[in-house]
Amino acid sequence: MGATLEHHEPKRGIISNLKTAFWQFNNTPGQLIPLLQRAQETEGYISEMAMKYISGITEIPESTVYGVITFYRQFRLRPQGEFVVRLCDGTACHVNDSRLLKEIIEDELNLEGSDTTADGLFTLELVACLGCCSLAPVIMVNDQTYGRLTPQTLRKTLKKYRRLGRELIKEREEKCNLEIGA
Amino acid sequence: MDTITIGTGTCGVSAGAEAVLEAFQRLISDNQNNTILLAETGCMGMCYKEVLVEVKNSQGEFLYGDVTPDKAAQIFQEHLLEGHPLDEWLVLQNHQEGNERDFILKQHRIVLRNCGLIDPMSIDDYLSKDGYKAITKALMEISPEELIQSVIDSGLRGRGGAGFLTGIKWRFARQSPGKIKYVICNADEGDPGAFMDRSVLEGDPHSVLEGMLLCGYAIGASTGYIYCRAEYPRAIIRLENAIKQAEERRLIGENVLGSGWDFKIKIKEGAGAFVCGEETALIASIEGHRGTPRIRPPYPAAAGLWGKPTNINNVETLANLPWIVQEGPQKYAELGTEHSKGTKVFAMAGKIKRSGLVEVPMGISINEIVFDICGGIKDGKKFKAVQMGGPSGGCIPASLGETLIDYQQINKTGAIMGSGGMIVVDDSTCMVELARFFLEFTQNESCGKCTSCRIGTLRMLEILDRIIEGKGEQCDLDQLEELGHQIKNTSQCGLGQTAPNPVLTTLNYFREEYEAHVQDKCCPAHSCSALVNFMINSENCTGCMICTKDCPVGAISGEKKQVHFIDQEKCIKCGKCITTCNFNAVYKD
Ligand SMILES: Cc1cc2nc3c(=O)[nH]c(=O)nc-3n(C[C@H](O)[C@H](O)[C@H](O)COP(=O)(O)O)c2cc1C
Ligand code: FES
Repeated sequence: MGATLEHHEPKRGIISNLKTAFWQFNNTPGQLIPLLQRAQETEGYISEMAMKYISGITEIPESTVYGVITFYRQFRLRPQGEFVVRLCDGTACHVNDSRLLKEIIEDELNLEGSDTTADGLFTLELVACLGCCSLAPVIMVNDQTYGRLTPQTLRKTLKKYRRLGRELIKEREEKCNLEIGA
Repeated sequence: MDTITIGTGTCGVSAGAEAVLEAFQRLISDNQNNTILLAETGCMGMCYKEVLVEVKNSQGEFLYGDVTPDKAAQIFQEHLLEGHPLDEWLVLQNHQEGNERDFILKQHRIVLRNCGLIDPMSIDDYLSKDGYKAITKALMEISPEELIQSVIDSGLRGRGGAGFLTGIKWRFARQSPGKIKYVICNADEGDPGAFMDRSVLEGDPHSVLEGMLLCGYAIGASTGYIYCRAEYPRAIIRLENAIKQAEERRLIGENVLGSGWDFKIKIKEGAGAFVCGEETALIASIEGHRGTPRIRPPYPAAAGLWGKPTNINNVETLANLPWIVQEGPQKYAELGTEHSKGTKVFAMAGKIKRSGLVEVPMGISINEIVFDICGGIKDGKKFKAVQMGGPSGGCIPASLGETLIDYQQINKTGAIMGSGGMIVVDDSTCMVELARFFLEFTQNESCGKCTSCRIGTLRMLEILDRIIEGKGEQCDLDQLEELGHQIKNTSQCGLGQTAPNPVLTTLNYFREEYEAHVQDKCCPAHSCSALVNFMINSENCTGCMICTKDCPVGAISGEKKQVHFIDQEKCIKCGKCITTCNFNAVYKD
């Protein structure tokens, strides 16, 4: 196993960000979901620390906060990969064989049943209608949309991102080595 | 002044509108040309021709489709500089002539009146199209009661799915006692195959705000919320901008237009739960809780957000209102059938030639939409069915294509009007699998409160899985029906009450397809992997040997540069060969 991308440390600024948000919302009712959204914006997911902190300032029990987090699909309790592959499984994409694309993505990225690759580079997310049904079947990688995909073009696209991923890891390794050397 | 307008709705951007926009920016600055104006607009409806670019000059208005940065350069040179329109890429000319004119001939645009024509980021553009005149007129001349009466007279029904008369709902909210009342705009658009609300929010956000103002004035509310899907970032940006602009012009906020009435509008981002489109769940979600529906009554009109009288309307419903107030309810009621007035927007997608947004008068037939407007089925295949209403709706077979777009008529088929997703399928789509797709969706989204919905849908899904895998039995079909009716009758909210619809309607109209799966163990659409044979097309196969190596059971044999062969005895139908073949040579038979 090569180097992996380190994610799990809480990002700096999460607490101060939440503090500001709490102050902005001015303790209005219904602030829990916006606070969770702010936490996820900052860290990319909702860390245990953020969850505890939110529970503390809003005086909502942790169990209730957790219940709200798990109810909504948007919230994640684990970090996502560097590249998030959103596969559209809306109706239009579905009737245009999006399930076949799913198998290809899992195969090409070696996902093996999990939603994030072992090296933390890729996360596969199934979403409903990306809003460009006329281009079905569609995937999005981070902010870039790829439409009218065939097995061939999909594999080509994924290969491109895997190459990018390998370069990214190498870059970080080198930087890390430099720091150790210095 | 010549204008170039580019469609930068989500559909346009995903087709590459940003690169085209940049290309034009570069061309204009390279040419140091300051007689050409570059503008952006929302979805024009012709999503199948994105990226769309409109050129407006002294010769008229020309709409180009499938534009790329390279084509942009040519359009700029030949049309804008030299004055020769490029006919081959032209889709429309002066809004009525051109290659794609059939797409718009039978449409009637009320909700989409400004979409694709104005810059959604500019309040002045909206004002130039008589924007905010309806609320001005209402505040000066019309009493809330009169306003409610005219909405009733227009016959407008809620476009969010249930089709309740909007004016009557407003009257309930107005008559509810209490000083504090709320207006909610339901922009949660949960149907996984629908995008009309998003296009309206992205293309004409001010019309939705004006609709909310009218509703607020009618029921006596001073706060409005827009509950918008978090998956619609572009819509949220445009709404935020629109609210800010309207506040600056004193159209929203304290003392609206000097009338002494206050009305604030806030945006609440959803967090990804289909059931939050249901009104009581939506209210719970705004209050910061898990979005579980509750039993009605009391209806939101009596006790809604924070226990106060609340009126919830869908985006499309609201976008109709400024037009109705401006043009008069009679004009709206002239369109449509006896019980379904006005127009309806549909998001057309699936196996259809022209997919996109269409707005048609009620009372038009499904066939007219599929064939006359959308050009029929792609690749010369056969029209099999349309699915309407998403996971709560049903399939209408091609044989009932003459059914009119009318709440009663559509309900009679077992489907529902729904919010406006219309997915067209051809004979290569397996109806059992399609029903399973929707059921899996609702099963996932069930909030879990009612046992029949939580567990019943799972049992139905298991049966469908069995059928698709070729392990189904005849009695499974009866059981599906029985379970479906039980779930419908015993669930508390609309999600469970409608979840079995896709299965029940397909069982009704495509029973022979289910029977083929259970009795003959075959899939007539050649789609369900377990029930087909994987074959190699000798014309496409190049003999690259990739599939022979990838097949997990070694069922594929063949030499280099020779057509390969699949041993049907050994094949376990995993489908790996289809996904690895680079030449599209493996097919299902
Ligand atoms: C499971 C479920 C999902 C719904 N999703 C939506 C939705 O995404 N958008 C919407 O406008 N209405 C949705 N509705 C309907 C709303 O409950 C409500 O009837 C509607 O917003 C009222 O507005 P209208 O009268 O303008 O149609 C849904 C209902 C159910 C039962
Ligand atoms: S269904 Fe995939 S973009 Fe709409």
